[in-house]
Amino acid sequence: MYDLIIAGAGPAGITAAVYAARKKMKTLVVTKNIGGYAASSATVENYIGYQFISGAELAKKFEEHLKSFDVEIKENTEVLCFRKLDNHFKVETDKGEYECLTAIVATGRKPRLLGVPGEVAFKNRGVTYCATCDAPLFARKDVAVIGGGNSAMDATIQLMSIANKIYLININNDLEGDEIMIEKIKKSDKVEILNNTNTKEIMGDKFVNNIKLQVNKSVERMLDVQGVFIEIGSMPVKGPGCDVNTNKKDEIIVNKRCETDVPGLFAAGDVTDVPEKQIIVAAGQGAIASLSAFKYISKNIFDS
Amino acid sequence: MAKIKVYSTPTCPYCRMVKSFLKEKGVDFEDIDVSVDSKAAEEMIKKSGQMGVPQIEINEKIIVGFDREAIESELSNV
Repeated sequence: MYDLIIAGAGPAGITAAVYAARKKMKTLVVTKNIGGYAASSATVENYIGYQFISGAELAKKFEEHLKSFDVEIKENTEVLCFRKLDNHFKVETDKGEYECLTAIVATGRKPRLLGVPGEVAFKNRGVTYCATCDAPLFARKDVAVIGGGNSAMDATIQLMSIANKIYLININNDLEGDEIMIEKIKKSDKVEILNNTNTKEIMGDKFVNNIKLQVNKSVERMLDVQGVFIEIGSMPVKGPGCDVNTNKKDEIIVNKRCETDVPGLFAAGDVTDVPEKQIIVAAGQGAIASLSAFKYISKNIFDS
Repeated sequence: MAKIKVYSTPTCPYCRMVKSFLKEKGVDFEDIDVSVDSKAAEEMIKKSGQMGVPQIEINEKIIVGFDREAIESELSNV
């Protein structure tokens, strides 16, 4: 029986684990990877103590800090559900079961899927969610960027110096985000902005060849592209919080103490309804959740 | 032993993670920057049928993405 099992090892989960280790709680971290979504940020310039650091390097620092303690870590493993029993949890993962007295959901967010035919089949065959990683593979090719916000514009700007032609496919009337980026994109003769346009299907053979669009909810149009960059935001990975209350955006509802509506189950970071999704906020919530778990055990387990 | 190759781009965070992971393990590898070497990029895509980085070639097997377990199990077969 563990005192605490933490699902996720991004900024929130790692901070929670460090705090738990310092309280000598018997802790297990179950996670798909170490670093989380934050690790894929090209640069981080607002985490205090580092004026400029890449997401990957910051994740590495977090990992070093975590591993300086005697905390058990199960990587490449996913918590499917923290199931509440009488006074403890049964923890169902894709690689076996565990038990714990308290649990923290810190699974963060993942890129939102477009949900059209061809998207899954052509992942890594022209469809990508990481422009920072894969943009250079589309040198001199025609590509589509799906989205109309800052992340879509960021991908478009990266591609302007690489690709032959970029179609920016935006479901809304106009681009929304930083003016500097909008200006840059509108000035580029490589970019064609298609507003009020829905992406209906991604098609190809071995790799992506074209996409089917619908303009103004009526006219269909085909575009020949070899790459599709999907940049339509992110969604919470709330899997382990299988029985907890969430808001309309599927985010886990927590109070100031990072408590959910299930006693003994806490949540921290971007998976919660915290108003700002920031690395430093996630880390702060990780600390709160961990200390709350410690207090919960002191109060409920030792007293009974 | 065939040389281990890492196909990467300079901006890709997971590529950096793979490379620092291999370095920590004391594994020798050839780092191929597919953002400048378009011939190598084509070779990589042809071999794996996948257009994404990082890709790690060990024993002529290709692992796509930073998958520690897959890399470790393939390294143990070297």
